[in-house]
Amino acid sequence: MSTDATRSSAAALAAALAAGETTSVALTQAALDRTAAVDGSVRAYLHVDAEGALAQAAASDDRRAAGQPASPLDGVPVAVKDVLATQGLPTTCGSRILEGWRPPYDATVVTRLRAAGLPILGKTNMDEFAMGSSTEHSAYGPTHNPWDLDRIPGGSGGGSAAAVASFQAPLALGTDTGGSIRQPGAVTGTVGMKPTYGAVSRYGLVALANSLDQVGPVTRTVEDAAMLHEVVGGHDPRDSTSVVQPLTGLLDAARQGAQGDLTGVRVGVIRELGGEGYQAGVLARFTETVDLLVGAGAEVVEVSCPSFEHALAAYYLILPAEASSNLAKFDAMRYGLRVLPEGVDSPSAEQVMRASRDAGFGDEVKRRIMIGTYALSSGYYDAYYGQAQKVRTLISRDFAAAFEQVDVLVSPTAPTTAFKLGEKLDDPIAMYLNDLATIPANLAGLPGISVPSGLADEDGLPAGFQVLAPALADDRCYRVGAAAEALLTQQWGGPLLDRAPALTTPGGSL
Amino acid sequence: MPDARITREEVRHLADLARIDLDDAELDHLAPQLSVILESVASIAGVAGDDVPPTSHPLPLTNVFRADVVEPGLTPEQALGGAPETEQQRFSVPRILGDEQ
Repeated sequence: MSTDATRSSAAALAAALAAGETTSVALTQAALDRTAAVDGSVRAYLHVDAEGALAQAAASDDRRAAGQPASPLDGVPVAVKDVLATQGLPTTCGSRILEGWRPPYDATVVTRLRAAGLPILGKTNMDEFAMGSSTEHSAYGPTHNPWDLDRIPGGSGGGSAAAVASFQAPLALGTDTGGSIRQPGAVTGTVGMKPTYGAVSRYGLVALANSLDQVGPVTRTVEDAAMLHEVVGGHDPRDSTSVVQPLTGLLDAARQGAQGDLTGVRVGVIRELGGEGYQAGVLARFTETVDLLVGAGAEVVEVSCPSFEHALAAYYLILPAEASSNLAKFDAMRYGLRVLPEGVDSPSAEQVMRASRDAGFGDEVKRRIMIGTYALSSGYYDAYYGQAQKVRTLISRDFAAAFEQVDVLVSPTAPTTAFKLGEKLDDPIAMYLNDLATIPANLAGLPGISVPSGLADEDGLPAGFQVLAPALADDRCYRVGAAAEALLTQQWGGPLLDRAPALTTPGGSL
Repeated sequence: MPDARITREEVRHLADLARIDLDDAELDHLAPQLSVILESVASIAGVAGDDVPPTSHPLPLTNVFRADVVEPGLTPEQALGGAPETEQQRFSVPRILGDEQ
């Protein structure tokens, strides 16, 4: 294996562990050392659990020594987005209102990571309650893009993507409500997969918008994403929206795709997700990737999804409506921040609630709660929320019609490369436009993957290639994503992340 | 198309409904932003006709049952572990009577 364990894929690390060439303690320590060296400038983590991770690694090494690994990934460390409940570890969702909260239970996906033997390195930074596309809405400060520390790492899962992109972890979990796994993947040159709605349990995921949220893998390779997906996915009786269907064949599909043959695969280019509003360099890399798929035998056609024009508006009504209801539970009574209003003697529970929510929520959360409250209020319900739900139907119909012609749909993942920190912070609409290409899949509950497509000519920053498939056909995302990855990596002569600048630290560059 | 403009007073009312204290500075900052957001989503009016059914959820939902057997839950200590204040193994809350509501 590579001399630097932190740069290896999870699959390679798993193979090295199985061959007895390394130990989980060594891999986990290497990841923690890398974090100590670079995370002062990247700030991917909100909390690092060195002690816990090393103890889990030692237990993994014992299992391997006894010839009883719990899974193929037993001993490969993982980072977890801070929106997933981890028993005994802080879970803040990037919000002041949950500062210091340690959940008394694990999310099902975390239970599955533990059962499969993956040491948990820590909790990654995110936009507060996953509302944002840049991690700048984290109450604990932004994460920085490892490609350019003055730029955003995407969001809401910028911490998970940056941890993987800066070689602090081989694997991470993210969540994707409107693109929060895929868009950070695109702007950091990493892989992000949003599974079919219901294919991965949401039990223990602090809900942003229940009908849109989905947990998924954040990795450096498509194969690693498939491996992690198979660990955390599958039916969970604790999530009533969990799909009752076995989850298999994802890793096989990724490995098949990596051979670079797409003979007979029908690929549709979505006309509405390109052109105006998309950066030239992002479009150029997208077109080249499509050409590579054609060279690999895929049949490519253009398809039209006319209702996608209204997806952004529908999303920014449905999401705030659901979020405003979900966040009503932060009432300062049973857990979370409690703040007493100033200058009030013997304040009432309601006054305490108002003061606590004002102090505990950031601007973007307040904006969305109020938009949601507005959209659900009696005089406006039909005009806003009711219309948005109907548009959701139209978007699903567009997808259904498209998938009668093709096996997968493709587009750029995000319209632009990473922008500068602060550039769009007080311009909500400019921020929302980042999710233009990722939102339709959430509205329809479909799976989608983002793989790196190269560096844009204008700025030398990574762009993403998105592959969407019908519900429960996640394997197609892996097959086509892996094929694109293999063909591009061959063209580049190595992984895109090899071109990322070395991160300088006070002790020198690493 | 609904009138998407929203006044400062309406924002104050929304914050009140959402149980968030907003001071004047926050209202000055957030009210114009909310107007811009609402104007940008107002384009959705009239896009779908009466014949289009609404979708609330991407997959058909069915009720889920489990066997009627006792399963372990949180201990009182765990359930109270994150509480801002507890008393006699209960959540301790500010006074709930005497409100204007």
